[in-house]
Amino acid sequence: MIRFEPRTSVPLALRIGVPLGAVAAALCISAIPLAAAGAPILRAFALMAQGAAGSVFACTETLTRATPLIFTGLAAAVAFRARLYNIGAEGQLYAGALAAVAVGSGGVSAPAFVLVPLILIVAALAGALLMLGPTVLRVKLGVDEVVTTLLLNFVVLLFVQMMLEGPFKDPMGGGWPQSAPIETAGSLPVLLARTRLHAGFLLALVASVVAYVLIARTAFGLAVRAVGENQAAAGFAGIEVTRVMVLVGVLSGALAGLAGASEVAGLKGYLTADMSRGFGYAGIVVAMVAALAPLAVIPSAMFIAGIFIGADTMGRTLGVSNYIADLIVALALLCVLVSGLFLRFRIRFG
Amino acid sequence: MLAKPDAPVVLSLTGIGKSFGAVVANQAIDLDLRRGEILALLGENGAGKTTLMNILFGHYVADEGSIRVAGEDGKLVPLAAGSPQAALAAGIGMVHQHFALAESLTVLENVVLGTRPLRSISLDLAGARAKLGALMRDSGLDIDPDRRVSRLGVGEKQRLEILKVLYRGARILALDEPTAVLTPQEVDGLFVVLRRLVANGLSIIFISHKLKEVIAIADRVAVLRGGRKVADRALEGTDRAMLAELMVGRQVAPTRRVQRAPGPPRLVLNAIEVSGSHGRSGLSSVALQILSGEILGIAGVSGNGQSLLAGVLGGTIVPASGEIVLDGKPLRPSPRAMVQAGIGRIPEDRQHEGVVGSLSIAENLALEGLDRDGVQRWGFLRFAAMRRHAETAIRDYDVRCPGADAPIRLLSGGNMQKVILARVFERQPRVVLANQPTRGLDIGASTDVHRRLLAARDRGVAVLLISEDLDELLALCDRVAVMVAGRLSAPMPVQAVTLERLGLMMAGQADAA
Repeated sequence: MIRFEPRTSVPLALRIGVPLGAVAAALCISAIPLAAAGAPILRAFALMAQGAAGSVFACTETLTRATPLIFTGLAAAVAFRARLYNIGAEGQLYAGALAAVAVGSGGVSAPAFVLVPLILIVAALAGALLMLGPTVLRVKLGVDEVVTTLLLNFVVLLFVQMMLEGPFKDPMGGGWPQSAPIETAGSLPVLLARTRLHAGFLLALVASVVAYVLIARTAFGLAVRAVGENQAAAGFAGIEVTRVMVLVGVLSGALAGLAGASEVAGLKGYLTADMSRGFGYAGIVVAMVAALAPLAVIPSAMFIAGIFIGADTMGRTLGVSNYIADLIVALALLCVLVSGLFLRFRIRFG
Repeated sequence: MLAKPDAPVVLSLTGIGKSFGAVVANQAIDLDLRRGEILALLGENGAGKTTLMNILFGHYVADEGSIRVAGEDGKLVPLAAGSPQAALAAGIGMVHQHFALAESLTVLENVVLGTRPLRSISLDLAGARAKLGALMRDSGLDIDPDRRVSRLGVGEKQRLEILKVLYRGARILALDEPTAVLTPQEVDGLFVVLRRLVANGLSIIFISHKLKEVIAIADRVAVLRGGRKVADRALEGTDRAMLAELMVGRQVAPTRRVQRAPGPPRLVLNAIEVSGSHGRSGLSSVALQILSGEILGIAGVSGNGQSLLAGVLGGTIVPASGEIVLDGKPLRPSPRAMVQAGIGRIPEDRQHEGVVGSLSIAENLALEGLDRDGVQRWGFLRFAAMRRHAETAIRDYDVRCPGADAPIRLLSGGNMQKVILARVFERQPRVVLANQPTRGLDIGASTDVHRRLLAARDRGVAVLLISEDLDELLALCDRVAVMVAGRLSAPMPVQAVTLERLGLMMAGQADAA
């Protein structure tokens, strides 16, 4: 018989080892669908590793892909810490991107040192504003924010499509539903010549550190952690739970909005309605794999970005659908969730 | 009831040992239970009572030792470890402190629940009814089998829990802190039932930390301290002080309250109204004056509005009408306003409202004062200052813990309570609201809480003590009021009340006043 005994403390080695083990388990399990697709398993994994990190260019592609995931992962991690389940990072990302092109594609003319910060600020504001509604509904009326934020994603996406077919449509775009390009002064510079890695990545790293300091080292962060772990006790101690939740919601939305600005101004140059490849949703996985720790979001986002980039290479070479990447990421999430059991309990046999 | 040293042994635990990591919960415990006796298992919280019972019922597997139970023929046979089903089949039944009843079902349905395979189509309630009726006659546990459980009082629910266990054929009955929720009269009633059950041949393990009850009911007492059995003796020839010393491991001085004249009114409640919900009573026109330098006690059976009163004073419940006045100034109720006005609050449920389990002791101490200089500068936490502060509190309040940075959930209830006390008293409160401050605490920790409350009173603090422990109220309070169905009686000087009178008033017999 197997029995579970609650742990009184979790050693650090276990806290790091268990998520890594879970990821390894996910890769092992994904060998089954790979084999089913007729791919030679070892070669498939080798190709994935090569595609994700086999060359300087591959590495920069992975980091480029990781950039929006770090932002959306932070958005989820910060909100989930306060038990505010923001599933709307996808919509907030698009809201941020739309605000970025509204300002950056000719809306405002200014030198780079003004325009770039302006684009980032309006994008953050747009994401924050979008998250404000669901957060206020949640804290004032108890409306489930999972439902509201999730549904808003579709509303925002349709709104973006409408704008791209209408006022935001690029007259030089050859009829495609896309925005006019961000002006050169508003673009984020490329970090490494002949790659797509842009300054958005550095911004994401900075955002991670700021989020870490905020959560772990400030009085506000302590209030957030207290509210998330035990709202009743936090409220009893005089912490203004409503205020903390609203601020967390705004912060989370702003981080997701920055993901949109970074993609538009750093990578794509213009906005299309298919710009995000589910980065908002993948951010939730990133945050969960990182156990909601802002600094751990960085490697977690790199890992998941690596899976996506690597699976592209592997799929092209072996003729396996690159949907395998979604499968592996989903498996990684499941394995990490299950592995939480090993952190909470000591497992005894007999 | 005399001990029966020659009665056959029905349950024998030998050399039981159990550790959780570095913590030794049980060590080399031998325990015999004889037919027809009431064995009190006495010990402070964390002494290992619960672990021992969890091993007996198969929730845990002991690291060492064995359990043997008398079979039908009276021979002792080993009990399969780690199987609640095996324990049930061997005739061991447990009544937990917290009831496990389906509120929307009737008494009879609750008794039958879980005794039949899920796939069986008929419930055979008629047969069950007959069996239950016979049980009720034999045991003296009488409840209407067709009443819904939601309509039962606490005492009746407990009777139902005992009936459930008896219905399953238990011959060994373990009761975990069974009197915690009962009025004194209900306790007397329970004891009558327990005596009758042992007269019918049952054996009972009575788990408690209340010495008075152990002396009143038990034939024999086994005392656990620090996971070891430190005494196992017939109750004859023991007294309260001796048991207390065995349990705590040192002499316990009883709390002494020195009569002194109270000061002017400090906190005044006027016509407080809170609407009830879910069939629980609200507060109706509650008025109260707490004087500076007094302890005012609120007695009452749980669920009569005491937690609402505590919520109003704690700021978590906003009354529909009425006013709260502190030193002549009206207060707008919110937890933050209460903290800042100098109302120190000791919550009823310390795990739920008192502490955030995953945060450290230092962080929990800081929670009420996140804006204070000792906690933060420019918004950044001052970890060193917080830790120093916590270390002082740990020393002053004798908190047993791995350190200031340890998550507070690792602490025992008593030590958690000490942290909360430290948090309350460091702000030099003008009023202290103590809601069930010693619930679940052992004698040592309780005495400590009492001492601190009395010291606050002597410094001129107005203390409101809500408690279900009448002995505690009578020992500490200057005045006592009784709460029944959301109404508060006029406070009476403690010299003018007796345990019996309080009990009757708690039961709603207003004429007793």
